Amino acid sequence: MAEYKRPTTEAAFKQNFKQKKPLMNDTEAYYEASRCLFCYDAPCIQACPTHIDIPLFIKQIHTDNVTGASKTIFDSNWLGNACGVVCPTDVLCEGACVYNHQDVPPIQIGRLQNFATNKTIDAEKDIFKVGNSNGKRIAVIGSGPAGIACACEARTLGYEVDIFEAKELPSGLNVHGVAPYKITNEEALKEIDYLQKQLGFTIKYNSAITSKEQIQKLENDYDAIFLGVGLGKTATLNLEGEDKKGVIGAVEFIEELRMKHHQLKVPKRVVVIGGGNTAMDAASESARMGARKTVLAYRNSKDNMGAYGFEYDLAISAGVDSLFNVTPIAIVGNGTVEGVKFAKTEMVEGTLKTNMNNVFIVRCDLVIKATGQAKQGSLYDLIDNLDAGTNAILNVNAETFQTSNPQYFAGGDAINGGSEVVNAAYDGKMAAQGIHQWLTK
Amino acid sequence: MIDLSINFGGIKSPNPFWLASAPPTNSGYQVMKAFEAGWGGAVWKTLGVPVVNVSSRYGAVNYRNTRMMGFNNIELITDRPLADNLREIEEVKKYFPDHAIIASLMVESRAEWEQIIKDVENAGADGIELNFGCPHGMCERGMGSAVGQEPEVLKTIVEWVKEAANIPVITKLSPNISHITDPGLAAVQGGTDSISLINTIKSIVGIDLDSYAPYPIVDGKGSNGGYCGPAVKPIAMHMLKDLAQHPEISKVPISGIGGIETWRDVVEFILLGATSVQVCTAVMHYGFGIVREMEAGLRQFMEEKNYNTIYDFAGKALPNVTEWKHLNLKHKVVAEINPDKCIGCELCYISCDDGAHQAIALSDDITNRIPSIIEENCVGCNLCSLVCPVEDCITMVQKDDGTEHITWNERTLNDDIPTTFDDDRAGGKGHFVPKPTDALKS
Repeated sequence: MAEYKRPTTEAAFKQNFKQKKPLMNDTEAYYEASRCLFCYDAPCIQACPTHIDIPLFIKQIHTDNVTGASKTIFDSNWLGNACGVVCPTDVLCEGACVYNHQDVPPIQIGRLQNFATNKTIDAEKDIFKVGNSNGKRIAVIGSGPAGIACACEARTLGYEVDIFEAKELPSGLNVHGVAPYKITNEEALKEIDYLQKQLGFTIKYNSAITSKEQIQKLENDYDAIFLGVGLGKTATLNLEGEDKKGVIGAVEFIEELRMKHHQLKVPKRVVVIGGGNTAMDAASESARMGARKTVLAYRNSKDNMGAYGFEYDLAISAGVDSLFNVTPIAIVGNGTVEGVKFAKTEMVEGTLKTNMNNVFIVRCDLVIKATGQAKQGSLYDLIDNLDAGTNAILNVNAETFQTSNPQYFAGGDAINGGSEVVNAAYDGKMAAQGIHQWLTK
Repeated sequence: MIDLSINFGGIKSPNPFWLASAPPTNSGYQVMKAFEAGWGGAVWKTLGVPVVNVSSRYGAVNYRNTRMMGFNNIELITDRPLADNLREIEEVKKYFPDHAIIASLMVESRAEWEQIIKDVENAGADGIELNFGCPHGMCERGMGSAVGQEPEVLKTIVEWVKEAANIPVITKLSPNISHITDPGLAAVQGGTDSISLINTIKSIVGIDLDSYAPYPIVDGKGSNGGYCGPAVKPIAMHMLKDLAQHPEISKVPISGIGGIETWRDVVEFILLGATSVQVCTAVMHYGFGIVREMEAGLRQFMEEKNYNTIYDFAGKALPNVTEWKHLNLKHKVVAEINPDKCIGCELCYISCDDGAHQAIALSDDITNRIPSIIEENCVGCNLCSLVCPVEDCITMVQKDDGTEHITWNERTLNDDIPTTFDDDRAGGKGHFVPKPTDALKS
């Protein structure tokens, strides 16, 4: 059932991808802020991975000290603006709000956070101080949330920071990977620009690190190196027919969508394989791009999906259909995708079993694989003594974020295998402090 | 059968809801509209000497999401020609003969008082209210609160007015005075038929942080205004109580004014002895329509309590408002938290720990956010139950069996005045006080 018409203009695209958390106006923010109880030892602070002093910034919004509110936010989280809209607040701060226990809607913390920082960014308020130069240099690989957070924190500590970015734009998944109804490109880039103007780190674009020579140069030129490289392309499923035209990874699909908007053509019938949040995003996006039928296919039961319930609900509300307990066994078609052959699965004594006697084909024109991303293993191979475990997830010290090679620190998806922007923002900040601790020892 | 009509010191009105003398009673148009909406009476915006007004006249105190919980103004008495006002009073009376129109008056000399009384009587006013309260502008010219603050002068003017008037006289008092009973008694001694109070309180509602001027700002400067609205109700009720408990003053009826907005406010004022109420700020905020809520609520209250007229319960709270020395020192209440209702905000804990008596503890288990009461330290102050955002989650439970009764007054009479700190509920005796350095541990 298609809820959305194919967007053919940027305006139509914006309509289909209306922001889930639109910017509050002054009155809305004032009234919403007035509801905050200013809890003692507030559960929202504990639930925030970056431990923003939420009751304080809400009080500051309410007392018309929006700049102060922004300072409170950025003080804990360098991506405070983006996190206000991209964070899964339902399961973090807002999920912890005590109002939930009273069947009263929780405070809209994310939107308030975004409101304050947005105002401060638009007013170009100078609120950060670069630390006195200590003559030391840090290289950051990747300008995603982890890298940006590390760069910002390092600048306040007096380091020179150069960020090496493989792509043309900064901010990683905020621009390339988050669903467009959560944040716009303009908003994501605006925050980076604001931070960069005040803190003065440099970003070298189109500068992928791919060779041993580059690594050696970085190691010679910089006192410490931060790996904020995230994850790689969508992992292969090793399915028969996976190389057919019309099979795409979710990450690649979303990136193309974020760059091309209404100019991306999504065909009539789409199958999305996977049960995580990225699968929900891809399915929802496909439906919003006007696909007549989008089917979400997951190998286990609904209860076992990795996705948050609200993300699933959002996909369903966009008109997505779902199939549970089905596993793809082949992509069918003649050069181009014509469908996915599934087999039913069932849980037998705690193990998921595929029933090859119960096989069927779902016809489609596009298959989106949202079944996990490959790790940046080839980069890690270039670095000596880097412990990337068996699954290419970097092992770091939990407090300093230092890797097994002392010159390297890491954070974000590279160390957690794929999590939220807010986790990456926290890691980057803490890693900069870890670097500082190590270099001043 | 509920009958809301009143006879207030000779002024009859279909109900006790009157508009106070203020901007809502500035014209016949407004008063007619109010009577249509259900108001029983209106005290016309003060008539008197010619004035000029300034532009920018009102300021407000907003609290959290509540606008205008306090309100002030620097507007003067009517600036419309006396003849226009008199003609309109006459016209309104024609349409609403059974409603009460009271002319608020403020002039200076005896001759002026005599003349203006004649004028409003000829226009058909049902009564006169003497404005001895206005705390801005007019007082600088020796009128308004300048009179209300000088009981002797007040008494003299009441005498002049009573001598000249054929209709009932209400004396409106200023709260800008140490003892409200002083002008109250002077008014009664001067022969007033009734009293109304409070007029507005001298105030500064806020300072603009760019121009450093008080609100409302008139070309970069401001002046003290008259404060009113919900915020002043507690002050008004206290003054009402002082008059209503006074043996001489209470012989005349009292019209209650000050922050009245809802039926509950109305009932509270009546319970403290008022037999008419006057409203201004609530109408300036919401319009005349709010009287619907007041009347419906008052009727509902009277129905549930089986009262036929407001006189059945007027002053019923007065015997319970006493001096501190007559309170039972043996009465003991202790807070109780209902864990099923608690939402874990821990405001009770922090308010008690930082702001009161360190009688609430947090659980050692950090996943359990339901605090507990340390009964030996709870003095029954109520603070936790006041800050708790959940209705009926924290209740104050009586712990004494009600058989013992001793008051400070009784102890004094028995010569049982403590010479040492012997209160069981005080710090160090039946009550644990943390060491100063314990504050540094967390």
